Amino acid sequence: MDLLSVSSGALYTAFILYLIATLFFGAAVRDKRTDKKLHTTSEKIGITLTMIGLVGQIIYFITRWIVSGHAPVSNMFEFMTFLGMCMIFAFIIIYFYYRLSFLGLFALPITMIIIAYASMFPTDVAPLVPSLQSHWLYIHVTTVALGQGILFISFVAGLMYLIKEIDQTVKSKKTIWLEVVIYILVVFIGFIGITSAFNMMNYNAAFEYPSGGNTITTEYRLPAVAGPNEGTLVTEGVMNPWFETPGWLQGEDAGRKFNTVIWSLITGTILYGVVRLIIRKRIGAAIQPLFRNLKADLLDEVGYRSVTIGFPVFTLGGLIFAAIWAQIAWGRFWGWDPKEVWALVTWFFYAAYLHLRLSRGWHGEKSAWLAVVGFGIIMFNLIVVNLVLAGLHSYA
Amino acid sequence: MREIKCECGHVNPVGTVLCEACGRPIEGNQHLDGNNNKKLLNMRYDGTARRSQTYNKSIIDKIWSFFSSVKVGVWLIVIALVASMVGTIFPQEMYIPANAISRNPSIYYEDQYGIFGLIFYQLGFHNLYTSWWYLVIIALIGISLVICSLDRFIPLFKALRHQKAKKHISFLSRQRLYSETKVVSNEEINLLKTNLKKQRFKIKVENGHLLAEKNRFSRWGPYVNHIGLIIILLAAILRVLPFFYMEEYVWVREEQKPIVIPGTKGQYYIENKDFILETHSEEDDRFEAAIAQEGMIPSNFQTDIVVYQSGEKSVPGAEAELEPILDDSVRMNKPAKFDKYTVYQSGYQLNEFTSMTFKIHETSDSEEVALDTFTVDLAAPEPEYNLENGFRVVVDKYYPDYYLDNNGIPASETNFPRNPAYVFIVYPPNSDVAEVSFVGIGRNIDATGENNYKLGIEDFEMHDVSGLTVKYDRSLPLFGLGAAIFMIGVIQGMYWQHRRIWIHPTENGILMAGHTNKNWFGIKKDIENAIEGTNITMVEDQQELDEK
Ligand code: HEM
Repeated sequence: MDLLSVSSGALYTAFILYLIATLFFGAAVRDKRTDKKLHTTSEKIGITLTMIGLVGQIIYFITRWIVSGHAPVSNMFEFMTFLGMCMIFAFIIIYFYYRLSFLGLFALPITMIIIAYASMFPTDVAPLVPSLQSHWLYIHVTTVALGQGILFISFVAGLMYLIKEIDQTVKSKKTIWLEVVIYILVVFIGFIGITSAFNMMNYNAAFEYPSGGNTITTEYRLPAVAGPNEGTLVTEGVMNPWFETPGWLQGEDAGRKFNTVIWSLITGTILYGVVRLIIRKRIGAAIQPLFRNLKADLLDEVGYRSVTIGFPVFTLGGLIFAAIWAQIAWGRFWGWDPKEVWALVTWFFYAAYLHLRLSRGWHGEKSAWLAVVGFGIIMFNLIVVNLVLAGLHSYA
Repeated sequence: MREIKCECGHVNPVGTVLCEACGRPIEGNQHLDGNNNKKLLNMRYDGTARRSQTYNKSIIDKIWSFFSSVKVGVWLIVIALVASMVGTIFPQEMYIPANAISRNPSIYYEDQYGIFGLIFYQLGFHNLYTSWWYLVIIALIGISLVICSLDRFIPLFKALRHQKAKKHISFLSRQRLYSETKVVSNEEINLLKTNLKKQRFKIKVENGHLLAEKNRFSRWGPYVNHIGLIIILLAAILRVLPFFYMEEYVWVREEQKPIVIPGTKGQYYIENKDFILETHSEEDDRFEAAIAQEGMIPSNFQTDIVVYQSGEKSVPGAEAELEPILDDSVRMNKPAKFDKYTVYQSGYQLNEFTSMTFKIHETSDSEEVALDTFTVDLAAPEPEYNLENGFRVVVDKYYPDYYLDNNGIPASETNFPRNPAYVFIVYPPNSDVAEVSFVGIGRNIDATGENNYKLGIEDFEMHDVSGLTVKYDRSLPLFGLGAAIFMIGVIQGMYWQHRRIWIHPTENGILMAGHTNKNWFGIKKDIENAIEGTNITMVEDQQELDEK
């Protein structure tokens, strides 16, 4: 067996282990007071499986490094997988400090979404372009991911806080926004589902479209609802696009990405609708009773604590190391490139969070919302800025 | 207003909320920290007298209060955040792609993004991060940082230095962590002390009153990190001065005479010996799939340079002696340094023409036997060539980078010889009848169709061009210093917490209270460990629910 299959096998194993671990954490949360022992046992199994899963991911990481000759953090697939690894790592650390198994109930599945999402991007081992050939790449990217992984825990704690505390007996702005957050998670699942399905069928439709005087060929892996702007379908016997991607959507391969977004929204909406039909209430309302035994102030504390730990790490990796590398590679440590600006936005945001926490009245629910928005900004930087507002760091 | 003397005898400055020594709430000042109608005391600044809360008469007081308010600080941060986001909606002017219809912003934004692009451009958002208003926001943050830090640091520092172990009962009972124990023995107190010491608490005792304190230094973290930020802002201001910052971009052609490096006052010259572009091998098994997918992937951009220092000029006007001082390869991620300058590999242009050799033959000659030849040096094309066999060729028009513009008229896209084309006027030997020929790469047009002689390209030489950035930036150490201080400050403030535990003896027992500036979970653990083996009641968390 070659090393690369060992590598992807290890990643796959980790993924499955996280899934099983989630179930055990779930069992631990459904605390039947009468059976304290069962409770702690399933918690122990859960965290052990998580740690073995992390080892699996580390094996994936090291073997892939050996194969490619450089640390696997240089494209969208590699970076997001690594981010997933950091999230699990952060979860384990926080777990051992606070002994909170219920965090795993959310941290693990969301990490799984991230890893699965990552594998929808090209997974080929690619060589490094000259600008990435620097040790500072590794130092910068790994520190950023670690910081984001820790900030992710505050998102998890915040989301759980909201699900627990928001009054679900009446419909309000809060319940709607909470459902929106949950819906977005479901859209990601929809994206992963629909992409994998058509990948398995080996669906392919090629288009040609003009761009800056050249003709570019692009391959759709999903049936084209939206074709490229001014594009023509080359492949025969596949679905014709229903409409064209509008011209103001810029960037490389805008049409294909737009089409993917449409598919994800459709699938996600159907998925969400089906769940709602089955459970007959808001998803937030359905989860809420599970959290009956959680202490809200502990969730708040964990959320705040992860920001205080994550903020310095993020600053170091996302701003300082980034600047050092940019100075060496391009001769300018700061260039107002979209990716950099969004790192700055993230930093400003968490700085604002920390200052708001200084005053009374911003603890608890408001903090929880902020933590959710903060992670939204991180994901925006990773996904939208990379894929749409392409700059120097554009990966995919 | 006068200084306030507390019951305990300590004299506090005007505006004090909690006595610096004993912590007793000072009547009439409780509104300053929002303690009215609250059970718990606001301990953020230990109830010290802050200028911003105390004086509010003169305009200076008002400005001071304004900038020291955290609320204002947060607003400034949020405004900067939103403004920064707006600047990424469309590319900034410097990131307009080279293959755009036009790099002129007044055309580009509207053409590419329609009405929104036009608005973006007209509001000046295409240069948002250097706009005056963005800089003003950043400057206001800087002012706010200085003032808020001074407002709090000095009083807090003094208060923590003056604090006494003996605290007023109302101070203890209004802490978030609090407990009363009716009966406590001396052994228990001693065990408590030992346990606290084990956890690295520093202990101060006064008449049985006890203060256990650790990690006070972490309270200074925010002020340290704010100083770091201020240094960074100062560095950014200084960088505007030429002493601190210089940057020039030079195009250097391969194998040409050294050219002077702009911005060095003629002191340094640079030569490009070779420009190298390498790509990753397709044969490499590891990368086969990726290269098949994405096409060639470059692996190296490199310029082999020589830098010369110019010596004294012997005679005014004569060429200076050049002495090589650096022979190095500049690559991406590996700049070269000389004197105070750093040279970066920033761009390249492949295959410019160095020279072209033309031959003249008879139009009717299918063998195209050369009657005469001449060579045009594209660095210095001559207006006219007089050839050995009597031909005379006049260069009527020269297009270094030929293309047909929208109206079908020949034009030059750039001034670089990337696709040279000429209009030659050829005078055959002993003849005054001129023939006009248009010659370019792969083109030879005879405008009249009656020419007897034809021109053809016999030979050419090419070179690559390197785009190099030459710069120095003396503000870097200052930025580095600021960043380092910032990091020290945040780590100091975030990874340690200032924890205090007070014990107040009562008739037979004690009152206990605890405070930390963050991580209440941690201090509770500390207290649990400290009272282990004693009957002292664990503190209760009195956090008020309205703080949610
Ligand atoms: C981007 C700019 C800023 C950054 C990155 C920053 C960073 C920080 C950090 C990390 C802390 C520590 C927070 C904690 O320990 O929970 C802090 C505290 C603080 N900051 Fe800032 N700050 C910034 C701007 C400002 C501004 C403009 C003000 C003006 C009002 C301000 C006022 C304060 C105050 C009052 C504290 C609390 C000090 C204490 O607890 O003793 N900050 N800042």
